[in-house]
This record gives sequence, C-alpha cells and structure tokens, in this order.
Amino acid sequence: MQKETPQSAVTMRGIRKAFPGVQALDDVDFDLGASEIHALLGENGAGKSTLIKVLTGALARDGGEIALQGQPVEFASTGEAQAAGISTVYQEVNLIPAMSVLQNLTLGKTGGRFGVISWRRARAQAQEKLDRLGLKVDLDRALGSHSVAVQQMVAIARALDAETRVLVLDEPTASLDAQETSALFEVMRSLKERGISIVFITHFLDQVYEISDRLTVLRNGRKVGSGRTAETGRQELIAMMIGRELGEVEAAFAGERRAAEGEPVLTARNVGRKRLLQPFDLELRAGEAVGLSGLLGSGRTEMTKLLFGAIRPDSGTLEMRGKGRVGASPGASLEAGMALCPEDRKAEGLVGELSVRENIVLSMQAKRGWLNRVSRAEQEKIADEMIRALAIATPDAEKPVRQLSGGNQQKVVLARALASQPRILLLDEPTRGIDVGAHAEILVLIRKLCAEGLALLVASSEIDEVVSSSDRVVVLRDRRKIGEISGGEITRDNIVTMIAGNDG
Amino acid sequence: MQSRAVWPLLALAVILIVDGIISPNFYDIRIVEGRLFGNLIDILYRAVPTALVALGMAVVIGTKGIDLSVGSIAAISGAIIAWRIQAGDPHGLVLVWALAAAAVCGAWNGALVAGLGIQPIIATLILMVSGRGIGMMVNLFYGGTDPSFQSAFLQGLSTGSVLYVPTRLFVFTGLFLLLWVLIRRTALGLFVEATGGNAAASNIAGVNARLIAFVAYVICGLMAGWAGVILTADTHTSDPVSVALYIELDAILAVVIGGGSLAGGRIYLGMTVIGALVIQTLTTSILISGLPPEYNLIIKALVVLFVLVLQSDKARQGIAAALWRRVRQ
Repeated sequence: MQKETPQSAVTMRGIRKAFPGVQALDDVDFDLGASEIHALLGENGAGKSTLIKVLTGALARDGGEIALQGQPVEFASTGEAQAAGISTVYQEVNLIPAMSVLQNLTLGKTGGRFGVISWRRARAQAQEKLDRLGLKVDLDRALGSHSVAVQQMVAIARALDAETRVLVLDEPTASLDAQETSALFEVMRSLKERGISIVFITHFLDQVYEISDRLTVLRNGRKVGSGRTAETGRQELIAMMIGRELGEVEAAFAGERRAAEGEPVLTARNVGRKRLLQPFDLELRAGEAVGLSGLLGSGRTEMTKLLFGAIRPDSGTLEMRGKGRVGASPGASLEAGMALCPEDRKAEGLVGELSVRENIVLSMQAKRGWLNRVSRAEQEKIADEMIRALAIATPDAEKPVRQLSGGNQQKVVLARALASQPRILLLDEPTRGIDVGAHAEILVLIRKLCAEGLALLVASSEIDEVVSSSDRVVVLRDRRKIGEISGGEITRDNIVTMIAGNDG
Repeated sequence: MQSRAVWPLLALAVILIVDGIISPNFYDIRIVEGRLFGNLIDILYRAVPTALVALGMAVVIGTKGIDLSVGSIAAISGAIIAWRIQAGDPHGLVLVWALAAAAVCGAWNGALVAGLGIQPIIATLILMVSGRGIGMMVNLFYGGTDPSFQSAFLQGLSTGSVLYVPTRLFVFTGLFLLLWVLIRRTALGLFVEATGGNAAASNIAGVNARLIAFVAYVICGLMAGWAGVILTADTHTSDPVSVALYIELDAILAVVIGGGSLAGGRIYLGMTVIGALVIQTLTTSILISGLPPEYNLIIKALVVLFVLVLQSDKARQGIAAALWRRVRQ
C-alpha cells in the first residue's frame, strides 16, 4: 500500500491538520487509483471532511504531501484544485432551486466579454455537460421542480468539465431513495469507465460494497486501514470503523463488570419516533452503566434524545421511579432528575459566549426555576468545585467557554449536567474529539459516578470503550434496537456480529 | 466590563465638553417655576422615552431577536389612554389599560417569534406596519373627533416635577431598577443570555428557550407602552401617526452603542441607558449649536458611526497603527 503506483490519480502522504484543541488529521496516507471508485469511511469527526478539504484546497494542511498523477501539487484555493482537475460535490446541493437548470449550470462560470453572458453559448455548454452524464433534463425548468436525485446529478454535471480527473462526492446518497441511488451509481460507473477517479464518502455499508473498488477507513484523524472492498469483510470493516485497542484505564475496568441490581429508575416502554428510531424497551438501573453501540446513523443520538425529551416520542411511555411519566420536554426531564450531555458540543452543548461559570450553573439554575436565583457567590463556589473535580484546564471560571479546548469543553458540559445533581445521566459520545488524557479522565469519572449510584447511559462510536465501561450493552442497527447483552457476553466480537447482522 | 464601558462614556464626555466650548453656559442649571431647568436636565428629560424603549430592546436583542414595532406599541398605548379617558375611566385604571394593551402587543410579537418561529425582524414588522393603523382605529371608537384629553395624573407623570426634579426621571429610575432586579436578581438574565447565545444548547440544558424569548418580547412591549404613556401625556393628545416615530431605530442604536450585539447573548442595561444619553445629547447639542436642524440626522449618523468604530478592537488597533506610522515618518 505504501508503494507509489504509477497509475495513481491522487497520492496523499503524511497529511497532518490541527484545529485548536484537536488533531483532525494525524499522518494520514490516502491513495486514489486511476479510474476507481474509492469509498472513504469513518464516524463523525474521524477526519473525512478535513481530508477532502485538504485535497481540494479548501483547507491548508499543516504537513504532508499531495501528488496528482505523480506530480506534487500545492493548492491555495478550491479554484486551483478545480483547474487541476479535482471537482467536489458537497452533501447539500449548493445550487439555487428557484433558478433554471441552465442558469445553475452557468452560474459562476461566465467568462463572457465585460461579464456579459452569451446565453446561446452557455446553453450549448450546459447541454454538453448534461450529455456527458447522459442526463435528459429540461434546461429551462426551475431546478427546484426536479427531484433531489436530479438536482444532485445537475450538481455533478456542473462540477464536471472536460478536464476533470478526480471527482469527490461527499455523502451524495444521504437524501436519495433506493431507486435514485441506483441511478446515481449508474452515472458513477460510466464516469469511472471514462477514466475519472471518484472519492465516495458515505456511511451506508451496503452502498460501499455495491459500488466501490477500494476503501479507506479513518478514525480519530488517523488512517486505520485500506484495501480492496471485495477482500474486506463486513465485520472487519465495522471493527475498523469503531474498534480500538483498549487503553490501560479501560482494560482495568473491563474486569470489574457487575450484574444488574436493584429496581429500574427509568423504564421506557415502546418509546420511538417514526423515521428516527423504531419503538424500543429499555430499563436503566441505579449504579449501572449501560453502553449504547451502533454505527453512525443507527440511532444512538436519537435514543438519548428520545429518553430526555429533546425529541418528542410519537409512541410509548417513559416512566421514572417515584416521578411517574417523564420525557415531555428537556426542562421536565431535568426537573425529574435526568441530564443529557449531547454529542455536538458546539451546536447543542455549550453557550460559547457565556463564561465557564455561567455554563456550569445553567442546568441547576433551570432546575431551581428563574425566581430562585443561585447567588453569585454560590455560582462561583460550584464552578470552582467542578473545575477542580473534573480538572478543567481554564485560568478562571470567567473565561468564555468557547476559548477552551475540546476536551475541556466536554468537561464543562459534563460539569453542567453533574451540577444539576441528576439520578440518571445520558452521555452521547462523551469522549468524541478529545485528547487521550482527557479521554481517560472522563472514563474514570464515568465509573466513579456509577459507583455513587447514578444510572448511566453512554452512547459511543468506539466499540472498545463500550466493552470496557459498560455493565450492559444495547446494540442498535438501522434505527432499531436489535438486542441487549450483559456480563460475559459483552465482547467486541459479539457486538460487531450483532451490528453486522445476519448477512455479515 | 470596565474597558467596554469606557468608549460610550468617553463619547458622552467629549460631546458634553464640546457643548461647553460652543456655549459657555451650557452646564447652567437654574430653578424656574419650582423645577430644575437647564440643558443637562433637558437632555435627561428628553432621553427618557428612548431610554425606556432601549431597555426593553436590550432584553429582546439579548435573545438574538429584535423588535421593530416599539413605536407602534407606544402609539397604541397612547390611543388607549385617550379612548379610556373619553370613556370616563378613572385615570389610574387608564394607565393600567394602556400598559395592558402594550403587554398584549408584546405577547403577540412573542407568539409570532417563539410560537410560530417567524424571524423576529419580519414578525415585528407586522405590528410595526399595522400598529399605527390600530391606534387610528382606536381613536375612531369615540367618534374620532378630538383625540386630546386632560389628565392631571398622567400629565403629572410625564411633565410634572417633584422636589424640583421632573417626575418622569423618577418614573424612569423606578422602571430601570425594576427591570434590573428582574434581569439580574432573578435568573431571567442568565436564561435570556443563554437563549440568545445558543438556543439549542439552552434547551438541552433545561431552559425553555421559547418561553424565555416570549417573555422578552412582553417586557419589551411593556417598556414601549411606558414610553407611549410619557409621550402621549406630554402632548395630551393621541397622535398615532407621528408619536414615537423612528424610536425603534434610536433604541436599537442605544443598545448597540451600549455594547450590545445583534448576535445576541448579552444584556447591558446600564450601558444601554448611556447609549440613549449619547443619542439625546447629540440631538440637543446640534440644536443648541445653531447649526441648521437639517444637519441633525447626518451629524448624528457620523458620531454614532465613530462610536461604533471606537468600540471595535480591530478598528482601534488599525487606527492606532496608522497614526503611529504617521508619527514616525
């Protein structure tokens, strides 16, 4: 794999890219062969998008080399990459629905004299672009009146020109149905036959096996493997995507698994919501850590949000011991003694402009109600306690939380939840995108909380983390709970087999 | 907090100093007919309606919203006053009616924004456009003949004085303290700032972000209602067409001069009042300076632009660097 093949379309070597607080790409190699479809896989935050952005010149890399057909290249902008033959189509169709297909295909590519568009020539060029893909679309109809699939194809047609050698498709099938997807695949195959190499980002494993020749898997900014798709088993692939060698801390925990004991504190019966998660039953008990495992898009986040009331279920009942029915809204859940640390810190976790102190007291204040204000002195005491207890690295509690590193932000989210003194704590990806040290600290903390009698649900994309830190594991596949294992059954192989399903 | 407060205060000081140079007896304060009289008192007196509206606006802007309908709300509360006085209600009750109408207006805005999820600028534009029409319709309730009224109580609140000090300054101080307690001595301020900073995160944290936004618009409506009471009692006539015209723009400016960001997430009540004073001082100064009043708006715009540029760290550094280069050459 390390050897440079002469027919390579793109060779990336030792690519590094860091963002404040997180190493997004760490020494990543990527080889795209000539006329091949190459699937790029990984969980959220694995580094797929960053790698693509580095390739297409949207982001400057910190280190490493990129070669296009053997020639070293240096792109300062996406325009330069495009001129060199690398085109990208992003997940959301970046076109204007109200404009005609012709206008969309012409947009930004008007080289006419004095900026005046020659519509006759534009029409001929647009037709040529569509013909290249074998598309039959009325040029004068508004783009928005076509199906999403056609819009997607038009986006591809727009991205392609005669010089295109490499086409990057970022999750192009995310909003397509089966028929539309197969139409897209037809186009991809015909492009491949014409010598264009395609990078295909997706999280649908079936599609990987259907269309791709080779695949590369990223995890936490590192390449964990690549190879011919036909020679990579489904279980092997899943293990690559979400497996990880046990760290010392986690290995130590794996030994002390305990059996479920005591009455359930939270009982979900038939809770679900159409299109998000099929109805499921679940019990959480005090002092027990339940792991939630499954691939990206399997419904992990949705389950935590349904339990917390952040997504309202359309079926089933949720009962908390001593509190009756719960789950009407996040506020009501918080009041009943639940807390959720969401996956997406920036969008749903923290109020970036507010200080560490204000973020930490927010949930406990919400629980106490607006009239019963936590005094400034009390706020400072709680914030300082949390900063010490969770070893949050900040000069003081008044620093705006957005200035903290990823791991410390995650700790602030956790501190906010803990300050509300919950009986049930739902953690969605508590160790996502944070450095190894903070990772271990958070796992230690999870274990400690559990010992103190908290009921825990930990959703994670890292299978070994689930294996090592859970007393019981719930497995999800395709937005469905497919089973629950506990005690000695909790092994990496068992979980991978369940996720892969019968056809693995 | 300290460093941010410097620039608006400095701007205010500079304007006042320039005033002192232009007209030497600018700072004189006399007692005429049992009340204080002078330019400084006049500035405070005239700034009250804008400052009241700006305080409510500061809360709404804190939620990442905006309320363009405050002028119309003032017009509606004014029209309610004239109508209920004509109808013979006791004047204390008339005040309650006027403020209740303003609160209902605020609740309408809040329902559109927080309930239906309409963008604040569009949602409040609806009442901004229709509110003055509603005021004129209220005038028609009693025949539409003469919308003027006499009310010792209400006119006393607006134009009277107590212990030589204009009554409306007491009214303003009372309302300011009330709002300050509501925002800073309950958790409402934290919730508003959290909602404005990141509504999704606030929801997950257990804050009912929609309810908070709704409450902010009701508060803003009430403050605009008070401005309507002061302005309408001043002229003792209901004039929905021109009362508090463009007050929303001055109020938004006052909030921004006071350091508030339209991106939401912070409320600075004290600095907002300073912002309103900067605007009023400027207006008064231009009148006193003898410049033709036609220049008023342009000069006001330039000074506001100057204050805003001063507040930007980046711009200040750029200007400082450019000046430094000049000096060295």
